[in-house]
Amino acid sequence: MTLAVFLALAFVSVLFALLMVFTKNPVHSVIYLILTFFAIAGQYVLLNAQFLAVVHIIVYAGAIMVLFLFVLMLLNLNSDTEPVQSTKWKLGAAIAGGSLLVTLVGALKGGIQLSMPEVSNSQVGLVQNLGRVLFTDFVVPFEIAGILFLAAMVGAVLVGKRDLNV
Amino acid sequence: MSVLLLFGSAWLWEKSIMVLVLFVITLTVAAYATYGERKIAAFLQDRIGPNRAGPYGLFQPLADGVKMFTKEDFRPNAAERWLYILAPGAFMFVALMTSAVIPWGTQLTLFGANISLQVTDLNIGILYILGFTSLGVYGIMIGGWSSNNKYSLYGAIRASSQMISYELAMGLAVIAIVMLTGTLSLKEMAEQQAGLNWNIWYQPLGFLIFITCALAECNRAPFDLAECETELIGGYHTEYSSMKLGFYLFAEYINMFIACAVIATVYFGGYNFPGIDPGSLGGLMGPIVMFSKTFFFIFVFMWIRWTLPRFRYDQLMHLGWKSLIPLAILNMLLTGGGVLLFGK
Repeated sequence: MTLAVFLALAFVSVLFALLMVFTKNPVHSVIYLILTFFAIAGQYVLLNAQFLAVVHIIVYAGAIMVLFLFVLMLLNLNSDTEPVQSTKWKLGAAIAGGSLLVTLVGALKGGIQLSMPEVSNSQVGLVQNLGRVLFTDFVVPFEIAGILFLAAMVGAVLVGKRDLNV
Repeated sequence: MSVLLLFGSAWLWEKSIMVLVLFVITLTVAAYATYGERKIAAFLQDRIGPNRAGPYGLFQPLADGVKMFTKEDFRPNAAERWLYILAPGAFMFVALMTSAVIPWGTQLTLFGANISLQVTDLNIGILYILGFTSLGVYGIMIGGWSSNNKYSLYGAIRASSQMISYELAMGLAVIAIVMLTGTLSLKEMAEQQAGLNWNIWYQPLGFLIFITCALAECNRAPFDLAECETELIGGYHTEYSSMKLGFYLFAEYINMFIACAVIATVYFGGYNFPGIDPGSLGGLMGPIVMFSKTFFFIFVFMWIRWTLPRFRYDQLMHLGWKSLIPLAILNMLLTGGGVLLFGK
């Protein structure tokens, strides 16, 4: 049963991801990407990580994609304004992307193999356990990530400011 | 628990019936909220209000529904066909989904069986609600954009930027509550507030921030700039007619109902009331208390709508970003200090 749900979700996420890439209309692309995020959130739920699933929805589907859609609507991009690239560029992009994929797959395959956590434990993804792990075992990376976010926020405010002589 | 075992079990039937009952109740409340809105508006403006259809105009929502269904379903030629059809449905779907995690009572004893009065007790209930509220914006944005009308687009952009801005302060107010209660589950929050031990006494500032943001999230006056008639004709649903328009208007009332239920659960003790056992009357007392509180807040929302004039757009953004967010952060700090000093 779980396998069937997994396969269905995997099929849906790959399908929507492909549609997102191949569709000409940018707004449709964004909508397909949102559906892909939903399918991935479903995978998180299957792994008993409800917190991660809901945060994934809030952050990606609820915030980031809204801003994407916002920019697309304000710029009024549609399939007519989509720039048509020459075949030379398409070929080059395909080769570059393909090489990156091969490199990534190779690197991950030879890299450290994390042992699969015990998925059958339904408590593993609860907020309490996640919080405990984040604030004990992974406290340094967690705090560094926080500082990075702060830096990004300050940077965004600075970039958005018209008058820098304050 | 294997998923396979659940099929054919009493659990599945119980939950399905619960979902259906909740669906019917939500739609009924939303329908009669339109009637209540018109009656309250009439009362506040010293008019009579709807009084033609049935006694006291009680059949007015039915008449409105029939009217919506039988009107011509006009679609603009330049509209993006599928998205234009999809958007009201998406808006309605998101509005209906949120009610699943709200605890309406403790337990209902029916035919000797105990039925939990909550569709599902997610341990991240409050985040689930925030998540679905943040998705509500898609119905508006896609609807406004696909209509291919500049007023619709302006309305959609206004609505979505307003919703994004107020979500932040709302989330920060919720964080203070989570710090105080130590849980994200709405059921546990309701259980902790037995008697008169309500969160409002510990979080008065958080409540003010939350209710302001809830008003803005529901796109209700004084924050209804998305459908500011004098500037934008009808806002994001200018090009919609018939039941598609009905879906938009209806979903807004559902959003208001859910927002009021969340306020009642998070800040006002949910199904608890001093001197009333929520389990009495075979468990019916809990829902009665809960619905009374929810209806009271729906009344407050309407009262605000017909009392306050609409904000200007820069005032709205100013209030959201420069007043509510710093206030919410201050509230978070105060709550943190309080929890550190006194515990909870």
